[in-house]
Amino acid sequence: MARLELKDIRKSFGGTDVLRGIDLDVEDGEFMSLVGASGCGKSTLLRIISGLENADSGQILLDGRPVGDDPPSGRNVAMVFQDYALYPHMSVAQNMAMPLVMARLPIYARLPGGRLFTPHLRGSRADIALQVEKVAGQLRIDHLLSRRPAQLSGGQRQRVALGRALVRNPSLFLMDEPLSNLDAKLRVEVRKEIVELHRKSDLTFVYVTHDQTEAMTMSDRVALLRHGRLLQVAMPGSLYFDPATIDVARFIGSPEINLFPARRKDGTLSFAGVRLSLSGGPMGDSDLMVAIRPEALVVKGAAGVASSPLEGPQFSIGVTREAIEDLGAEIVIHGRIARMPDIALRIRAQKSLHHAGPVAVPAQFDVRASLSSLLFFGADGQRINGVTAGVAQKALAR
Amino acid sequence: MSAPASLLMRRQRRLAYWLVAPAVLLILVIYVVPMILVFAASLTDYTLVSDYWEFVGLDNYRRMFGDPQFANALHNTLIYALVFLPGAFFTPLFLAIAIQSRRRFRSFFEVIYFMPVTSTLTAMALVWSALMDSRQGIINNSLQALGLPAINFLGSPDTVLYALAGISLWSVIGFNMVLFLAGLTAIPQNLYYAAAVDGADHPVDRFFRVTWPMLAPTSVFVAVTSSITAFKLFDVVAMLTQGKPAHASEVFLYLTFLEGFEYFNMGYSAALSVFFLGIIFLFALVQTLLADRAGRY
Repeated sequence: MARLELKDIRKSFGGTDVLRGIDLDVEDGEFMSLVGASGCGKSTLLRIISGLENADSGQILLDGRPVGDDPPSGRNVAMVFQDYALYPHMSVAQNMAMPLVMARLPIYARLPGGRLFTPHLRGSRADIALQVEKVAGQLRIDHLLSRRPAQLSGGQRQRVALGRALVRNPSLFLMDEPLSNLDAKLRVEVRKEIVELHRKSDLTFVYVTHDQTEAMTMSDRVALLRHGRLLQVAMPGSLYFDPATIDVARFIGSPEINLFPARRKDGTLSFAGVRLSLSGGPMGDSDLMVAIRPEALVVKGAAGVASSPLEGPQFSIGVTREAIEDLGAEIVIHGRIARMPDIALRIRAQKSLHHAGPVAVPAQFDVRASLSSLLFFGADGQRINGVTAGVAQKALAR
Repeated sequence: MSAPASLLMRRQRRLAYWLVAPAVLLILVIYVVPMILVFAASLTDYTLVSDYWEFVGLDNYRRMFGDPQFANALHNTLIYALVFLPGAFFTPLFLAIAIQSRRRFRSFFEVIYFMPVTSTLTAMALVWSALMDSRQGIINNSLQALGLPAINFLGSPDTVLYALAGISLWSVIGFNMVLFLAGLTAIPQNLYYAAAVDGADHPVDRFFRVTWPMLAPTSVFVAVTSSITAFKLFDVVAMLTQGKPAHASEVFLYLTFLEGFEYFNMGYSAALSVFFLGIIFLFALVQTLLADRAGRY
């Protein structure tokens, strides 16, 4: 149980700035995910939190206590690695006992053969074994205790790694892409187990992943990193519906959000052949970006595609079909705007429940969307708030 | 099964035999037949200087176990091995760990230590004998400059084995170090990270918890090959001391050579070779068994 505060953490490797000033608070008992593409600095940040790496500058506080100069063992953090990093020459029980052995037994008792001339420590060793068995029972790996890591499946190794981290009662639980070596089905299962573990243990979790699905489904809050900076820290839902910058909007959500270059002139916004009236926000003529999620676009005139009702004022765009991905329950349509073929468009639609047989999307079709689902970004990529789009006279005429 | 298919199978089987035949032949001619011949010769009193020989049964072996020269050679070889082996194992291990953690000059040190391996030992042995010379050698000159007594490294029965071990060490350390370096490189960095998080960030703990167990396969290999090298000592002895002084550097292989090619007792020499073969076989067996166990992660 601990509250983690990072203040202006900076790190560079040989002239390359990997972290450029990270400020982040993780509340006690919170599940925080660090998400970003590879090379964004998320793993480096995690290693700095754990003490495996030192920050060039900045402060790390655990429960208000600066720990930046402490070695990893002095911070009482536990860490789970992507490749599990189990000791291959030790049994599962020995692997899990390692943190306790290191913490509770003196160095001469830990040397090879140390067991022989330290009979007075038998009690401590028994305590450790008991603790290991307890945690192994919780993780349902107690029947594997005498095996070597090589004799375990990926999912079992993952649990042993979790067990080794849990056994010491850490104040902070760090995970570095712990699921990426598992196959897709197991990943969903272990994802659930980790969430369950977090719920039961009340520990503070910091979870690094490049997979937005993991971050969105598991976390209380998600911190999105890019090029060594935090783009946004928010709850998964608001990250999706209320992105602060265009980079956040593009990273979160699959397929990627649709972006249209737009121009605001005399209170009229024009993009992709659509003209809307615009009120509120910064006045004056400017270039901006309009964004809309793929599922907010509703296809008209396609057989087998369910069309959800739209609310409020709407607009429509003519689309040329390019490719269709059938995902079973839903389809993703890739197309181009009919009048501006250099702008690609992605549409995600639910399949109709009562339609057997293949989905038929015409080569040319119209999509409609509510004006309220549009997001506006300035030329600098920052979100523009307080803008309201209305239907311009010309659009109505169509 | 249809007839054409079985015909094809028979043809393929015949082809397979033809394909392995050259390798089988080579192994027979190079390894198996000579071993059988040596064993056969060890049961005779064959000498290089006479056409006449007869079957003597186990006489050569009986003679071997009563021969003071054999006991002396075995004793010398063991002493030499006891001096050579720890040096040939722990020095390279220490060097490899020290060099591996360096960022700068790493390759420089690698080259420096590996250099002796690339030189010809028989030639370098002469250089060493010059360095160790009792009167004009640099080593003794330095000792005397420091006020220490001169040591007749290669000429005294008390020091000759140590001097020979020193020369062999010099030539083998670089090679073993490279083996250890390869073993160290294969240890995943994440294991050290995990150990650090688990509290094993003291160098002693890092070594005993991660480095040493993970190096086990490499260590077994280095230990066994070095033991074999120790028992195979011949070239430096032949170059520098020829078993002198007073048989103090007469090691096992050199005795075998003397008996066979100086005294022409081929039968007896063959018996010594068979004994030697047995020792090497034991080492190989140990390695196979241990490597099997160590490799079973």
